[in-house]
Order: sequence, then C-alpha cells, then structure tokens
Amino acid sequence: MTKMKFVCDAERCIECNGCVTACKNANETDWGIQRRRLVTIDDGQPTEVSISVACMHCDDAPCMAVCPTDCFYKTDDGIVLHDKDLCIGCGYCLYACPFGAPQFPKQSAFGERGKMDKCTYCAGGPADTKEEEYEKYGANRIAEGKLPLCAEMCATKALMAGPTDALTDIFRERMEKRGQSLAAWEPMQDDQSSETAATLNLDRMAYDASRQA
Amino acid sequence: MTSALTPLLWYRRLMGLALVLLLACVFATSALAADPEAEIKQAIGGASQETWQDIGSTDDYIDTRADSTYNLINASGETWRQIRNDWVSPAGAIAILGMLVVLAVFYMIFGKKTLDEPRTGRLMLRWTALERALHWTMATLFILLALTGLNLLFGKFIFRPLFGDGFWAPMIAGTKFVHNYLGPLFAVVLIIVLAKWLSINLPKKHDLTWFKQGGGIINKQHPPAGFANGGEKAWYWILASVGLVAVVTGLVMDFPIFGQSRDTMQWMNVFHAVASLGLMAVSLGHIYIGTLGMEGAFEAMKTGYVDETWAKEHHNIWYEEVMNKADTAPQKKAVDDGTAKAHRPN
Repeated sequence: MTKMKFVCDAERCIECNGCVTACKNANETDWGIQRRRLVTIDDGQPTEVSISVACMHCDDAPCMAVCPTDCFYKTDDGIVLHDKDLCIGCGYCLYACPFGAPQFPKQSAFGERGKMDKCTYCAGGPADTKEEEYEKYGANRIAEGKLPLCAEMCATKALMAGPTDALTDIFRERMEKRGQSLAAWEPMQDDQSSETAATLNLDRMAYDASRQA
Repeated sequence: MTSALTPLLWYRRLMGLALVLLLACVFATSALAADPEAEIKQAIGGASQETWQDIGSTDDYIDTRADSTYNLINASGETWRQIRNDWVSPAGAIAILGMLVVLAVFYMIFGKKTLDEPRTGRLMLRWTALERALHWTMATLFILLALTGLNLLFGKFIFRPLFGDGFWAPMIAGTKFVHNYLGPLFAVVLIIVLAKWLSINLPKKHDLTWFKQGGGIINKQHPPAGFANGGEKAWYWILASVGLVAVVTGLVMDFPIFGQSRDTMQWMNVFHAVASLGLMAVSLGHIYIGTLGMEGAFEAMKTGYVDETWAKEHHNIWYEEVMNKADTAPQKKAVDDGTAKAHRPN
C-alpha cells in the first residue's frame, strides 16, 4: 500500500499561516495546542524562507521507538497515530521527535504534562464512537476520503499531502518548470524497501529544490 | 425619456469595461509568459545550502507557535533515542540481571558468612530507632522508584503483551504517577540520610587495608573496620554521588515548568537512567549482604542491636572504642525504648 506524506515546497510557502489556522479549525485542538507551525529562517533578510511543519509521519518514527507505554501505531497508509488512553504524558516522544510535533496540554499541578497531542494527518485515532474520536483526536477526514485540511487549504500549494509517488511527480515537474537542476538528484535504487526509497526520494528532492533557489 | 436612454448608457458602459478587462488580460498574460531563465537570473536566492545544513543548530529562526523554542529540526533527538534504546536499556538490563546471576553463584559457592565465634548474648546498640526509620523509608522509596523506573523502561515488552491494554493503561499511568511523586520525597530522605551518616562514613586509612583484603568476603579474613567498614563507606559515597545525580536529573525532568530545553531533558534522561540503573545493580549487592549474605546483618537494621561477637569480628575498631568507654559497655538487654544512644566513634 502506498504511504501518505506531507511535503512543503519552501519556494512556494508565503508564511500566511493558513495551514496552521485550517488545522486548528478542523481539529478543534485544545487551548495552546497548535499541531502545525511555521518556521521562518533568515527572517527579514533577502534569503528569508519559510516552511510549514507538523508531524511528518516518519517511516522509522523515533516517538514510537522511545514511548514507554507503546501507545503509537502506524496505519496501513503509513500514518503515525497514538492512543490517548495509553499516553501518560512523559514527554519522551517530544525529546525524540525531529520536528517538535508532540505537544502537551498543561492540565495538572507542578507542570505535569497532559496527554500528548499531535497531527493525526486528519486521520483521527482509536475511539469507540465518532464523537469520542473527534473530541480526543480531531477530524477523521481520511475516513471520508479527504486529505488533511492544512494541505487542502494551502493557497500556493506549497504544502502538499498525498501518496509519496504522486508528491514526487508533482515536485519533479515543478523543479523542471522552475529550471532547477535535477542533476544533483538521483532516484534511490530499490536497495531498500521500495516504500522507504520512495520517501527518501521525496525528501532528497525537496532538499535539492530548496538549496537551488 | 430617461427610461429609454438608460439601457443604452448601460450597454456602452459595459462594453467599455469589457474592453479594459480584455486589455488587462492580454498584458497580464504577456507578463506571465516571461522567459523562466530570465526570471531565475533576476530572482534573489533563497536560503543557502549552509543554512539548510545548519538548520538543526541555528538560532536565526522564528516559530509561529506560542512559547516555542523548537527550531525546524531537533537534531539531537535521534542521538538521544539511540543512546537510550541501543545502549542504556540493554546495558542496564545486563547490569541488573548480571548482578543477580553473580550473587546467586556467589551464594551457591560461599553461602552465608556466619560468625566464627559463638554469640556472647551481650548486645550493642548500632542503629537507633530514628536511623532505622530513615533507612527503611529510604529503602521502601528506593524499591518503589526502582520497580516503577524499570517498568517505564522495560514494561512495554512484558506487561502489555501479557495482560493487554485494559491492564497496561492503568498500570503504566500509575507507574508514572508513583515515580514522579515519590521521586522528590526520595530526594528529601536521601539528603537527610546523607547528612545524618556523614560523620561515620569519612574515609580512614584502615579502609584501604579493608579494600586490599577484599573486605574479607572470600578469604574469610576480618580486615580492620570502624563503625562503618570500607564497603559500607563505598555504598555511602556512591549514594552521595551517583544517588544525588539520579535525584537532581530526576527533578529537572519532573518539573518541566522552568524553561528547561528539550536538549537538557534528553541529557538528564540519559544521566538519570545510567545513574539509577547503576544504583539498582549495586543495591542488589547491598541487599544481598544485608539479608542472605551475612549472619546478623539484617537483625542489626531490624532491631538496632548487634551481638558483641558480631561487632568484634566485623567492626573491631568500633568494638574497641566502645569497650574503652566504661559507660557504653555491651548490655544483656535488647529493648530499645528509643532513648538509648547508639555507640558511635568520637
């Protein structure tokens, strides 16, 4: 089965925060929880560049590896979800996460962390009813055949969501049209599993595109 | 009259507007159709390759998330994961299980270290009621923290597959609760104990002899020892160093409200795990000697009293100090009413 990924085209991102707002609205997250964030590098300089980041649903997810309760799981689509009934708010997933995705609502005394919240790729999470799922994890647009709202709302289509291969094709086309060289980018051979290779291809292409501005 | 003219006027105006829009579209299209090569030459370059390479360590970023101190990439996260999962966890398991095996083998070969001479029946007060209370409070807290700590590290491999989520969820939630709330209590007790027993654990020259003879554990000798022997002093100073490391690193992680960074907590977690797993392994040796390993050791911390023979054999210098003072000679009485003063070196 193909794997779902996010990719953000830094050449296109205009730092409008539409994705952040769309996410917050779609998922009705708690006060202080913002599943998607925008990081701007070289702010105010000619080289300024912005990128939208949330949980990237890693192939080899560090959060899954370090979780003491083993509350994470991966769907068939490659989406990393977690069970809030098992989460104890220890914060280890945050220590390990490459993207600062996990957040913890402050609910208890002494700054004790609440149950972790992160981007679900708009795929909800484990719950008995739809209402409970929405309450705990937010929207399940994937079940409705829709992509995450952040990517759907992106005005410049900088942030894209979809199957890895489709995203790679779109990105390659964009690079060609921009006149960016694809020379530095060589597709990974299938020496790894084809799914891993596909993700690496996309990563490396996005990187090449960004540095050749 | 005017009503007849109005449609005509509107028609003219609309035609004019359409013409303007059409022209605008033509100009816009020609502008968009510019040569991409020329556009790239005019464009200002984005972030440089170096910027992207240093993305995990740069301070030159802003984040739209409130109070966020996280740059784009958390470069140390994967390092922490590898240290914790690939090194600390296995090493801790090996240290603790290895210590259990060593102690079991040792017990099977050497058995319990009994007294050489018969007991005299005259008893010496070694630990006061307060000291025993402190010891057992600390011991209880230590064991609870050790078990919950091990559960946080290894529990998911055992209890979740064994009992299922319905059992595992409350178990691990309770584990974290116990660990996080008893930790600060342990810190307080540890500091009191360290302060209380500092004077009897100051290193002396004869401790060197004690260590050279391996504590007399294997060769059945009785190397010189004051109130505390070399081994007890070593355990004290391990607690005073490694124990404090475990306590301080634990407190840093326990209260994430003072702006500790994610990187700080990663290192605190590694130090905490290494220190705690090491303490657990060494504590097994302490528990072994205090229970199975040596005759008379457990009753000392249970009742507070030791037999004269035990004192003479295991703590000869202490025994002589006590005997040299007329008013502290061993008694035939084993009732500690809480007012008795322990025999301590001056």
